[in-house]
Amino acid sequence: MIKGNIHSIQSLGTVDGPGVRFVVFMQGCNLRCGCCHNPDTWEMTGGTEYTADEILQRVLRCREYFGKDGGITISGGEPLLQSEFCRELFTLCHEAGINTCLDTSGSILNDDVKSLLEVTDRVLLDVKFTNDADYREYAGCGMEKPLEFLAYLNGQKIPTTLRQVIIPTITDDCENAKRLKQIADGYSCVDKIELLPFRKICQTKYDNMGLEFRFGNLPEPTKDKMQELNKIIKSEE
Amino acid sequence: MTHENWNGFKGGVWQDEINVRDFIQQNYTEYTGDASFLAGATERTKNLMKKVEGLFALERQFGGVLDIDTATVSSLTSFSPGYIDKENEIIVGMQTNRPLKRGVSPFGGIRMARQACEAYGYKLSETIEDEFKFRTTHNEGVFRAYTDEMRLARKCHVITGLPDAYGRGRIIGDYRRVALYGVDRLIEEKTKDKNALSDKSFNTDVIRQDVELYKQISFLKKLKDMAAMHGFDISGPARDSREAVQWTYFAYLGAIKEQNGAAMSLGRVATFFDIYMERDIANGTLTEEGAQELFDDFVIKLRIARHLRTPEYNELFGGDPMWITEAVGGMGEDGRTLVSKSSFRVLNTLYTLGSSPEPNLTVLWSQGLPEGFKKFCAKVSKDTDSIQYENDDIMRPVYGDDYAIACCVSAMKLGKQMQFFGARCNLAKLLNIALNGGYDAMSGIHIGPQMAPITDEVLDFETVMERYDIYVEWLAHLYVNTMNVIHYMHDNYCYEKIQMALHDTNVERLMAFGIAGLSVVTDSLSAIKFGTVKPIRNEDGFIVDYDTTGNFPKFGNDDDRVDVLAKEMTHKFITALRKTDTYRNATHTLSVLTITSNVMYGKNTGATPDGRKSGEPFAPGANPMHNREENGALASLNSVAKISYDDCRDGVSNTFSITPEALGKTDDEQVNNLVSILDGYFAKKAHHININVLNRETLMDAYENPEKYPNLTIRVSGYAVNFNKLSREQQREVISRTFHTAL
Repeated sequence: MIKGNIHSIQSLGTVDGPGVRFVVFMQGCNLRCGCCHNPDTWEMTGGTEYTADEILQRVLRCREYFGKDGGITISGGEPLLQSEFCRELFTLCHEAGINTCLDTSGSILNDDVKSLLEVTDRVLLDVKFTNDADYREYAGCGMEKPLEFLAYLNGQKIPTTLRQVIIPTITDDCENAKRLKQIADGYSCVDKIELLPFRKICQTKYDNMGLEFRFGNLPEPTKDKMQELNKIIKSEE
Repeated sequence: MTHENWNGFKGGVWQDEINVRDFIQQNYTEYTGDASFLAGATERTKNLMKKVEGLFALERQFGGVLDIDTATVSSLTSFSPGYIDKENEIIVGMQTNRPLKRGVSPFGGIRMARQACEAYGYKLSETIEDEFKFRTTHNEGVFRAYTDEMRLARKCHVITGLPDAYGRGRIIGDYRRVALYGVDRLIEEKTKDKNALSDKSFNTDVIRQDVELYKQISFLKKLKDMAAMHGFDISGPARDSREAVQWTYFAYLGAIKEQNGAAMSLGRVATFFDIYMERDIANGTLTEEGAQELFDDFVIKLRIARHLRTPEYNELFGGDPMWITEAVGGMGEDGRTLVSKSSFRVLNTLYTLGSSPEPNLTVLWSQGLPEGFKKFCAKVSKDTDSIQYENDDIMRPVYGDDYAIACCVSAMKLGKQMQFFGARCNLAKLLNIALNGGYDAMSGIHIGPQMAPITDEVLDFETVMERYDIYVEWLAHLYVNTMNVIHYMHDNYCYEKIQMALHDTNVERLMAFGIAGLSVVTDSLSAIKFGTVKPIRNEDGFIVDYDTTGNFPKFGNDDDRVDVLAKEMTHKFITALRKTDTYRNATHTLSVLTITSNVMYGKNTGATPDGRKSGEPFAPGANPMHNREENGALASLNSVAKISYDDCRDGVSNTFSITPEALGKTDDEQVNNLVSILDGYFAKKAHHININVLNRETLMDAYENPEKYPNLTIRVSGYAVNFNKLSREQQREVISRTFHTAL
């Protein structure tokens, strides 16, 4: 059995997918987003190795809590860097009747990824920005990648939640929210958009690791701002 | 038998014998809808509550005790009736003649009464002092019989919090009987039981029962006198909802006037009241507002109930608690839910009157509860942090469907079982004593089997367990004997006359033992087994500290390697307890519950092999040690759920704190996810959970600025407290607990 390199496990997740979820954070990421709150998951080394079955056994111990909506979420890091492992884990989960959810940047689309998506019940797709320049400047990849990924999800009819971190001065203008909504409207697989307020609680992680928190000088968005943007996202026209 | 006040009720065996359960089963209306029918507080309620809030503020200004009557021994008729606002009260009666004024109850122990008066700047009156020179109290009786070893065990705190200086409590009268039958019928039945004794040989047991029945009957008569002083004749059954609530409250009031017990729980009254309310609503004499008002007024009375206790007592049981525990919800044996509209109404008092630690509202959770009720409970938890949950699906097979909870987690069949309460022993300290061969380095006391301290450079698991087992057996035997002394004396000198009058005469007795420090001793054994533990010794060769290195699994991570040690420890202890006979053939039970005494236990316990420093608090109840959980909340819950209820029939307490954000993004999500967590935890056969939904920052702010948070209520360990009433030490411990947060 192939082993997954796992950063950590959160047995109670309620903010990454519907219901109560067991969240597995994979180690290693191909992007370096300025707003990232998990810089400790960036490096490809340093996690703990588990087989898919070892993780499944832990998930099964929590299945009583899942209710009708919950299940497993793989997040990271970037799960798509370990697609083969994730596929194995999701396959085992499906055999056990557990709902699967993938939290990803959508920046990789190869045969292994496509194979993983066959056993994925929902994708939480993090659309980091709504223009190519910001994508290249603050995430480290072009915007065509997530859009290509989204088109593929649409073709496969995989229910998708679009997510975006609202970062003051960068993604907190109304135009940006409208563009995000426009993207969502173009793909029928998207049934939900979630705006996540940028948080700086991870500053200590950066400090401890001796890394620069690129957006550390930006403020967190206000509640009013979040409400205003959510209004745009929920508007009908 | 029939009575005109029973018109409209469906008949059954309850008419011919004292059987409240049958009355409920024949007559209650289950409610499976949501909370939308509820009414808010009326102007009358709001005005009354404003007066009560004013009294609470005054009480705080007076240092926690508003007034003490030092010259009157509290009993059913020793005070003239007191009122908050006579014209506007629907339910009447209080413990003394003024709200929040405390009476003295010297029968448990005159020393405790004296010290409590002095602690608040009062002096117990000469009359009472003189009178009790010629009376023996429970406390004096106990200390006449205590052996040297029992005294030492107490002194070095390996057994702590024993009810040997005050009323034992944890007995729940079936207060509903007074409303359903009226007192005359109860006297009649008790008289029959007493007369029936004459057929038996008059041995010790029968004579004791005979005299106890005499006391019960005489106090039932006093209960009628007490009600008459308030202008009520409770000799017959209650006629309507208001009388049902009033009669039941009088019975409870009689109990708390007579007894200053450690926990004076209420039982399971809401669905009982609901039957009367449904009848009144159907015949047009009661509205929803009126029904809510009855609950509100009743609960106001419960919120002003007070007992007089010493500061030392508060160190163990912080926050001035009464444990007026009301069990809400649950399922019936026939598969119908016992949730009624009144189950909602009693929880709704946390909105109509604001959040509050008392009464100790305890939801009996079952997978089968109606969704609407589950969601309402979760919402109330989220909004008020004032309720706790216990697993009806594991208790119902043992106690049937008419049990209630005494204190925090102790289940008992209403009116059919009573408990001999027994505090708890300190298993973490016991490990240190065992390793030192019968020496407690904290107090310098030699106690237990005397042997050489363990001299190994690195502790070996097998050697330690072999040694520990010897001391477990020793402590269990000593503990049972100590309890036997206490309860023999309490029955003799401080018998609960009204409460036992509201039980069947042939009552089943439970003796409830407890353990503290379970997660400390579990992690310590894990450290010895999987890590490297080198004892550090003083010049006399006694172990005073440990150097613990290496990785070892810790309780709270759903890791069987260590969780099994906790499970084995509880099994071992109850098995050891069962080897010693109990007073009155009580059934041995065990709890993993500390109340707030985990702080005191920690203070009195030296460093432990798990890396805990000397004096550091234990985790409360069965909780994993703070901040040792590395895999999130569900893994932590799963570890606790592994402790077997069969071994711990007196309850396994878990206190769970989570930030609102970690429960979900929207209100609806948070409510639904909390329901899922509760369903999951109890499907795992776990027993109890306190839920707090709040941020650590709120508590830190309340610690610094108490005046900003006069009503901040939090669940601690089996009960709720007003945060401001905890000691600074207890507050710091609560703040340091694990808060499950969103990443």
